[in-house]
Amino acid sequence: MGASTSPSSVTGPIAEAERITKRYGETVALDGAHITITPGETHALVGRNGAGKSTLVSILTGLQEPDEGAIRFGGRPAPRLSERDAWRERVACVYQKSTIIPELTVAENLYLNRHDHNGLRLVSWKSMWKKAADLLETWSVDVDVRLPAKELGVEQRQFVEIARALSFGARFIILDEPTAQLDGAAIARLFDRMRAMREQGVTFLFISHHLQEIYEICDTVTVFRDARHILTAPVMELPRGDLVAAMTGEAAGLQERKARPSVPVDADVILDVRGLTDGDLYAGVDLRVRAGEIVGLAGLGGSGKTELAETIAGLRAPREGTVEVAGRRPRAGSVPDSLAAGVGLVPRDRHHQGLIPLMSIADNTTMTVPERLGTAGLVSGRRRDELAREMITNLAIKTPGPELPVNGLSGGNQQKVVMARALASDPRLLVLITPTAGVDVRSKEFLLAKVEEIAGKGTGVVIASDELDDLRLCDRVLVMFHGRVTTELAAGWHDHEMVAAMEGVELDA
Amino acid sequence: MPETTAAPAETGRPAPKGSAGSRPALRLARLRDFALVPAIIAIAIVGQIVHPIFLQADNIINILQTMSEISLLVLAQALVLIVGKMDLSLESTFGLAPGVAAWLTVAVGTGSGLGLLSGFWAIPITLAVGVLVGVVNALFIVRFGLNGFIVTLGMLIVLRGLLTGISGGQTFFNLPESMTYLGSAMWFGVPASIWICLLLFAVGVLVMGFTGFGRSLYAIGGNVDAAKAAGIRTDRVLWITLIAASVLAAIGGLLLTGRLASVAAAQGDGAIFTVFAAAVIGGVSLNGGKGTVFGAFTGILLLYMIQNVLTLAGVPAQWIEALNGAIILTALALSRLTGGKTQE
Ligand SMILES: Nc1ncnc2c1ncn2[C@@H]1O[C@H](COP(=O)(O)OP(=O)(O)OP(=O)(O)O)[C@@H](O)[C@H]1O
Ligand SMILES: [Mg+2]
Repeated sequence: MGASTSPSSVTGPIAEAERITKRYGETVALDGAHITITPGETHALVGRNGAGKSTLVSILTGLQEPDEGAIRFGGRPAPRLSERDAWRERVACVYQKSTIIPELTVAENLYLNRHDHNGLRLVSWKSMWKKAADLLETWSVDVDVRLPAKELGVEQRQFVEIARALSFGARFIILDEPTAQLDGAAIARLFDRMRAMREQGVTFLFISHHLQEIYEICDTVTVFRDARHILTAPVMELPRGDLVAAMTGEAAGLQERKARPSVPVDADVILDVRGLTDGDLYAGVDLRVRAGEIVGLAGLGGSGKTELAETIAGLRAPREGTVEVAGRRPRAGSVPDSLAAGVGLVPRDRHHQGLIPLMSIADNTTMTVPERLGTAGLVSGRRRDELAREMITNLAIKTPGPELPVNGLSGGNQQKVVMARALASDPRLLVLITPTAGVDVRSKEFLLAKVEEIAGKGTGVVIASDELDDLRLCDRVLVMFHGRVTTELAAGWHDHEMVAAMEGVELDA
Repeated sequence: MPETTAAPAETGRPAPKGSAGSRPALRLARLRDFALVPAIIAIAIVGQIVHPIFLQADNIINILQTMSEISLLVLAQALVLIVGKMDLSLESTFGLAPGVAAWLTVAVGTGSGLGLLSGFWAIPITLAVGVLVGVVNALFIVRFGLNGFIVTLGMLIVLRGLLTGISGGQTFFNLPESMTYLGSAMWFGVPASIWICLLLFAVGVLVMGFTGFGRSLYAIGGNVDAAKAAGIRTDRVLWITLIAASVLAAIGGLLLTGRLASVAAAQGDGAIFTVFAAAVIGGVSLNGGKGTVFGAFTGILLLYMIQNVLTLAGVPAQWIEALNGAIILTALALSRLTGGKTQE
């Protein structure tokens, strides 16, 4: 292995990138990397966080010029960057970073810069609303298209982006981590759609950190590591272990998880939730988490697990019920109060609630702990950078240094910054909502090990997620369905048990 | 249920599923445009109580005429704010553009006029100065990627200095007739400047609400990367917007010049605060991507109605300024309350 196999076919590649190099200051994001995509295939691009995948996507879709190298579509050189329409005929894309404009309506987001016009060359809102509603209906996204896009949930926003990309009629579509924010049912819907489009001859470049998805939907896989092309091979000929080895550059595969020591029954109760109810979102939830215990909240989108976790962390106020953290009762819906009570949070959507994009990594990671940065309200830059550097090494964040603005980080590394920030305050209770979204396999292992380590020091942890890898870590998992806790599973559950419980299916084994 | 007021919507990320959750939000979004209408009606009633001439045609025309010139600055600023930039230099362009025209066309002997060109050229020169200022602003902000606030602050000072320089700090009189016509003519019994102001706002509403170009301003102000990805030529739109804004400022200056039949060295001085305030009160966000031309119009209208009521109530002229500032701050606070969201 190691040599790249270029797929030979009569028609020639639909898109190819040759010897692409791209630098950002001292960071080399792509180093002579190449990829060849054959018509009709679904081609996976994988690699660890910061490997250069999204950079390649932005070059392949004409958002950026490479420093060196060339892009070709169907054997012909790519259009100039200024010819956006020409690019959009050749390739459509769902970018990793949201390209939804929050203040505009859903319909306008779908038809941005290609509005319908009436006889007077004026925008015809009516027909646009109609078209948008029809488009979303085929995706079973049930929203009023005249709502501002900011009112949508993460998942709905994601589907709006996907629907938009697929509606251009381009024959080559790039999806950069489309599944990171979707639950199982939504992913299944997306894959069905992709298969149907592949039948019609559409070619996909698909990026994901969920390796099982690669095996489920892709034909060919290309691995990037440290800005370089490592290999391209048919998916069937590359077992999972080899794939991980190619990504990480280490022979060792993923580690088996060791059983966790059980939590003493007399450990302090860190989180005490009683009768928490918020209309239809969730109802009658009771939950106690002891020091050192890791409790999972599982469920699909709409199960209420996210809203419940957000309520526990003080992002929302419940209609009824109480949340007690380490014996204190923070004011409902007040994040500062919850912080003071010792809650650390990794929110659902890092772009929305997590990070301040233009501020440095150092500022972002230490935002929650001003008191540790200096005395009398003055921030010591040196203290801050030291703390940040400590976290960068602790969490293996790939960056030239703590002064880089976070929007210069790759998606997965941004997620680690959010994580670092939650850990910085030495929380009594850690609330993690889909904490490993967009994080590569090896870093995920690493982050989850960190969570375990923190729990080992007596922190209570709540993980709201539908990723089995996240949930496996938990001492017990509460499964929610339509706003109610329906099942409790102790560690050691089987995957099918968990999936069935999340889908609300009764299993009588 | 005891605590129905603790609405989850305040967290900013509700997930409206059924139509029950989405309807009120939808209605609210549409109503935001008309948020100031109740306030305008209230002021009209107060005005009528303070002085019975308030609602008479003459007085209303008077209000509209005094605000017509500065309202073009508000229109210009609204466009620039929506696209996500700001332009402080508008108030200086407002004075400089007609100032240069007067300088070149006013006969030698009266003030510092050069008398180089015939009166015919006055309006083309005014507009050309507007375009030129816009080009310089765009060059710094778009081409060189400098911060718009600091660039236009510099331009504000430079342009003001230029006007002082060419006028020798004095006022231009004896303007050619072409310069005074628009600001002083009556069309169908109503001052031409009111017609022009209303017409330009109507065009603004149409362009911003119903053309691809106008919508691209919202897209750029809302998320410039997304706008680029959608194929919008963001740089070109920014250029056009900045130039259009300066030209609007020049036209506003021309109207005022016509009404006063002179160009003072301080024309437009200090107007920018009122302009920003009117735009923000009218619902235009300083962060870009949000607000409407109609909203901006109601903003400036409200401010001028209040001012008129104060004058009618016999508030001494020395106090008007302080009161004006206080009223603007109050109006900002009120629009925050009625708008429900923090002003950004
Ligand atoms: N605008 C930028 N400024 C500075 N560095 C950047 C910028 N964009 C990307 N980089 C750097 O380029 C490298 C590659 O980033 P890229 O986003 O392509 O990674 P990725 O493979 O998509 O990772 P992930 O799986 O986390 O999304 C990273 O080290 C990143 O820090
Ligand atoms: Mg990426």
